[in-house]
Amino acid sequence: MNLLVCIRQTLDTEEKIVIENGKVSHADAKFIINPYDEYAIEEALRLREAEGGTVTVVTAGPEQAESALRTALAMGADKAVRINTSAADARAIAALLAAIAKKETYDLILGGNFDVDTGAGQVPIRLAEELDMPHIGPVTNLKVQNGRIRAERDAEGATEVVTCALPALITAQQGLNEPRYPSLPGIMKAKRKPIAEFNGDELVSAELLADTAQVVALFAPQPKEPGRILQGELDDQVEELASILRIKCGLS
Amino acid sequence: MALKSGKTGGGRFLIDSIEKETMVTPEDFTAEQLMFAETTKNFIEKSVVPHDQEIEQLNYELTVKLLQEAGELGLLGADVPEPFGGLGLDKVSAALITESLAEGSSFCLSASVHTGIGTLPIVFFGNKRQKEKYLPDLAAGRKIAAYCLTEPSSGSDALSARTTARLSDDGNYYLLNGRKQFITNAGFADLFIVYARIEGKDFSAFIVEKTMDGVSLGPEEKKMGIKGSSTRAVILDDVKVPVDNLLGERGKGHIIAFNILNIGRFKLGMTGLGAAKEAIKLATRFAVERIQFGRPVASFPLIQKKLAEMNTKTYALESIVYRTAGLIDASLKDVDHMSPEAGCQSAEGIAEYAMECSINKVFGSETLSAVADEGVQIHGGYGYTQDYKIERIYRDSRINRIFEGTNEINRLVIVGTLLKKAAKGELPLFEKIETLAPERTKSPAADSLEGEADLVSRAKKLLLIALGEAEKKYGRDLQKEQQVAGHLSDIIIQIYTMDSVLLRTLKRRDRIGSEKAENSLDMARLFIQKSFETVGSLAREVLAEVVDLGAGQNLFATAEKLAKAFPANVMQMKTKIAGRVIEAGGYTV
Repeated sequence: MNLLVCIRQTLDTEEKIVIENGKVSHADAKFIINPYDEYAIEEALRLREAEGGTVTVVTAGPEQAESALRTALAMGADKAVRINTSAADARAIAALLAAIAKKETYDLILGGNFDVDTGAGQVPIRLAEELDMPHIGPVTNLKVQNGRIRAERDAEGATEVVTCALPALITAQQGLNEPRYPSLPGIMKAKRKPIAEFNGDELVSAELLADTAQVVALFAPQPKEPGRILQGELDDQVEELASILRIKCGLS
Repeated sequence: MALKSGKTGGGRFLIDSIEKETMVTPEDFTAEQLMFAETTKNFIEKSVVPHDQEIEQLNYELTVKLLQEAGELGLLGADVPEPFGGLGLDKVSAALITESLAEGSSFCLSASVHTGIGTLPIVFFGNKRQKEKYLPDLAAGRKIAAYCLTEPSSGSDALSARTTARLSDDGNYYLLNGRKQFITNAGFADLFIVYARIEGKDFSAFIVEKTMDGVSLGPEEKKMGIKGSSTRAVILDDVKVPVDNLLGERGKGHIIAFNILNIGRFKLGMTGLGAAKEAIKLATRFAVERIQFGRPVASFPLIQKKLAEMNTKTYALESIVYRTAGLIDASLKDVDHMSPEAGCQSAEGIAEYAMECSINKVFGSETLSAVADEGVQIHGGYGYTQDYKIERIYRDSRINRIFEGTNEINRLVIVGTLLKKAAKGELPLFEKIETLAPERTKSPAADSLEGEADLVSRAKKLLLIALGEAEKKYGRDLQKEQQVAGHLSDIIIQIYTMDSVLLRTLKRRDRIGSEKAENSLDMARLFIQKSFETVGSLAREVLAEVVDLGAGQNLFATAEKLAKAFPANVMQMKTKIAGRVIEAGGYTV
């Protein structure tokens, strides 16, 4: 099987978020592969181990994102592609990924359910649309048989079983698998595996890249004020609570 | 091998100021090395820590299974050359992997005994056939190794071992008889490196397999700590060991024993470092969450002082561990791993830094002890209960000052090695005494650490004066004057750590700027100030012992002048360092 996994680098979920000059400060921050994308990588590796084939990982991002690709290669992916771009808009990213996907014939494309930092989950679905391919997500169980996939997907508390013909795209949900961590020999081999690079404007028109959604402001939520525990006799507490609700919350 | 050229070689830190660029620091880790550490930590966190309680109950099967998993990930193969199924990594990577195992507690010990003193005798001293036969399984964790040197009546005096080996009449095998004591991993090891005297005289090493007839085990020791690791006696009763399993040359067992101990000692620096970082993390988190008098105890200056001291000592330990790893790497860089001599050359390259290995052992174990002790103190009554891991770390840490050569033996090794090097002309100890600690002319810039550099230089000069006088008085018997030798060792340990902290901090400052390196700068000031005071008082005591008070007036005056340090505001430094530890929620540079 020829497998393509779309991944994105995000801030480590344990990092403290610091906002400086209207941007999330990335100085000294630790970066990881978006955890949902890790499920996608793991699933692709398992499919390759079962069916044979090649796993290619692709990301669109700045130079720093290369370390995410190295980690994926260390986990066992065969090759990687980095699209050099600062674009963060789902439409642009999907178009860039589509340009890469069209360079080869892939049987299955995998991505994560959503990004843990931005909460966005449009890219893989837009990509399926660009490629005119069926898509199933968020997938918790996947089987490949006779050129078709059978996927279990989360459907608001229920599980829906969907099948479709290949080629197709799926997005990975938590529970799909337990991602491996790169072995030491894997890390050493990753050094010698190829990472192809493309500039964003080699792949799509400059207009498309220019015409993207922009972040106009970014701010941290207001810190929650410390709570207060009312003291004293029950009647007094009720009275005090009523007065707080009247004055502070404007209830009458 | 090109060793003793220029400024490289063991003990050079005592007389030369090396270029900080040539020193390896954690700030020099490559992306690949950081990934090794990440994988190791992930494995410990996800596969070992969740089974912590079962491991502590001494579940052999679980430990063996986890060792196999570790082997599959490559965590046991760092020191095994690639042609024999390992990864043949540099020592900096190997050190980082070992440090990252530390949160696995007893499992970490089982793993590091296996990869270190268990496997390395074959890596360094095995012949090709032995390496091919055993190393792939050891690197993969399919077989587990143990090291059998200690006997009931020979601990520190290792060479007095009584286990015997007698060549059979047909010359095909040796018959081994004896009892080995306190053997880590004994309960589940497949392979034992056993030392015995051939015909009662030639001290030699053998590879003994568990399945050989006559190998049996004593009961598990009921230990104070590291309860999840197996420690049993190994009893050898007419064990037939094929002559092919003689390791290295007949009668050269002591060379194997001492070289392997060098690595074992160095490894204790790494595991001590990892455990100290964990203790700081636990103590900091507890101090932040524990409310007394209406505020977190972390806000009290006497708790902050502790956190600052724990963090600073650990920074010093981290600095010497990776400096030593870098030195050993440089010393091994010309070893041809395909040559049959590669192992011996490697052992020799490591032996060059025997003194530094012992320093890592002593400073590593004593730093961990101090950090674990204060970690318990910060936890208050809860730290005395088994519900909190700090209690375990405290108990587990205690063995580190005892095994792989007690800290007392290692102190004697430090001075003994130095004197031997000087006597052989490998280290021009006293030639450079005049160049040390010149009079200072200008007052240093705030972030320059020039004042601290001066203290380090003066400490070196104080050592040379004290050592010179002691040698004059005792000559070759200096090592037998154990109190004096112990003091001199302590000074050497302080100098190695101060020097490493100084150079690392300057390197950090140059790389990331004074502002970001502020914590390191504060720690360097604090550490060097306190160490220097220790050096001064130790040197004074040595001189009082070895120099005649009446005749030595000038000498005492010189030493007093050298030992004088201007007071530094260490309390303020501690407050600042503690603030950053609390902010980071654990160890921070």
